[in-house]
Amino acid sequence: MIEFQNVTKIYPNQNRAALENVDLTIEKGEFVFLVGPSGSGKSSFLRLALREEKPSNGRILVAGKDLARLPNYKVPHLRRRIGCVFQDFRLLPNKSVYQNVAFALEVIGKPRRFIKRVVPEVIDLVGLEGKHDRMPTELSGGEQQRVAMARAFVNRPQILLADEPTGNIDPATSIGIMKVLDRINRTGTTVVMATHDAAIVDSMRKRVIELEYGKIVRDQVRGVYGQAY
Amino acid sequence: MRSNFVFQEIWIGLRRNLTMTVALIVVVAISLSLLGTGLLFIKQVSSTRTYWQSKVEISIYLCTADSANPNCHGEYTQAQYDQINQTLTSMKGRQVQDVFFQNHDQAYAQFKQFFANDQAYVSTVKANDIPASFEVKLVNPQRDYNIVYSAVNGAAGVDLVVNEMTILDKFYKLLDGLRNAVVIVALILVVAAVLLVSNTIRLSAFNRRRETGIMRLVGASNLYIQMPFLLEGVIAGLLGWVLATGLLIGVKSLLLNNLQQYFSYNVGLSTGDLVQVIVLAMCVGVLLCGVTSFVTLRRYLRV
Repeated sequence: MIEFQNVTKIYPNQNRAALENVDLTIEKGEFVFLVGPSGSGKSSFLRLALREEKPSNGRILVAGKDLARLPNYKVPHLRRRIGCVFQDFRLLPNKSVYQNVAFALEVIGKPRRFIKRVVPEVIDLVGLEGKHDRMPTELSGGEQQRVAMARAFVNRPQILLADEPTGNIDPATSIGIMKVLDRINRTGTTVVMATHDAAIVDSMRKRVIELEYGKIVRDQVRGVYGQAY
Repeated sequence: MRSNFVFQEIWIGLRRNLTMTVALIVVVAISLSLLGTGLLFIKQVSSTRTYWQSKVEISIYLCTADSANPNCHGEYTQAQYDQINQTLTSMKGRQVQDVFFQNHDQAYAQFKQFFANDQAYVSTVKANDIPASFEVKLVNPQRDYNIVYSAVNGAAGVDLVVNEMTILDKFYKLLDGLRNAVVIVALILVVAAVLLVSNTIRLSAFNRRRETGIMRLVGASNLYIQMPFLLEGVIAGLLGWVLATGLLIGVKSLLLNNLQQYFSYNVGLSTGDLVQVIVLAMCVGVLLCGVTSFVTLRRYLRV
């Protein structure tokens, strides 16, 4: 589903590589943790997979597409197959829960009838039943992240990329968020989650890829966060 | 593409940016109306010029009793009249198309008619103060003027030879200058409008960077992301054009139609001319705003 072949990324005006010779394959339906200290290249990995950046070297395949050969005008179609969740939620403050989720479908031109059917289903899936009309400011951090996940998942992407989704959330609430991610993963969606949260990684017992200074230093099938931290 | 979604976004954009939008609309309106005024002027000047060119004559004023010209020794005589008349008639068919003599009384009657609203002025002038004249119509004003001029200038009884074309030329120079000034100001304003469009769109894109960021992430196409901004520019352009249309109709009915009163002939612009200018102004306005928005978006709203 995601394949990095010897990928190196050097940002302009930087002498150190953000990613160096990264070579990995993530299969369809996998749940993968991406761990490592700040600046280890986790975010660069996600940005490259989204084709927000192009690699300096190497080849990236996402959902069967070679990103180097993907023309600009087809990038939006790639992104429709990838959902994204961030540490800072990125909700629209002037739209309700329902409108925030529906927005993701409106802007890719889905018919209104389809939106009316699908959006409530997804809101229920992330555990926000009965809160359709709340505004983001009326929700807790955990609830806001659920809205963000509903928005990421509403178009049924093949891949969900989560960049420290529990970074702004207390540990108790994080468990709920992880349950939702797990539920999404069980529908067959590949989930890649970058995180610092050792407790979560240890409790989930999923594949763990550890990055350090842009290199893969560990790739374990049922891993833990690691002793060093 | 879902049109009501796009229009909703445009409405939000225009409202959030209200002051910039109003400034933009006003600048577009003024630049378009000045541009249009310039075009109307060009049309007006060329239509009056063609009209006048078929009318101009050489006026040969004969001496009066009070003429200051040393060439004159009191009122012209019948012999002098016959001499000049013969010179002009002999040129008929070659340089001179037509000769018409206007004596004191006829000239005075015309003078009284011209200054009908200034009786005080008319009352100070007596019939004999207004010189009699030959009005000569030339076959080809450009070519023949000098020939006729040298034939009669300085002849006994001739006070002054006036080429009406030179008087009109001054008038047209004035009109041309006015037109150039209007067009130059309009062009400067067009530049200002372009910069303002670009700034407004940038501001609008910056205001909505959160929305556009999410749109990019969930895979909205470039067209979908840019369309609201593009249409925002075009709509502001259209609103500016609507205002400009009002101003242009005002210019035509208040200014140019009043100018018309000073001509006793029909040289006015038709409604068709006005409509032509207004349609042109619309094309300029919409293209200007649309293209500028597009170029700005290409630079500031990359995917």
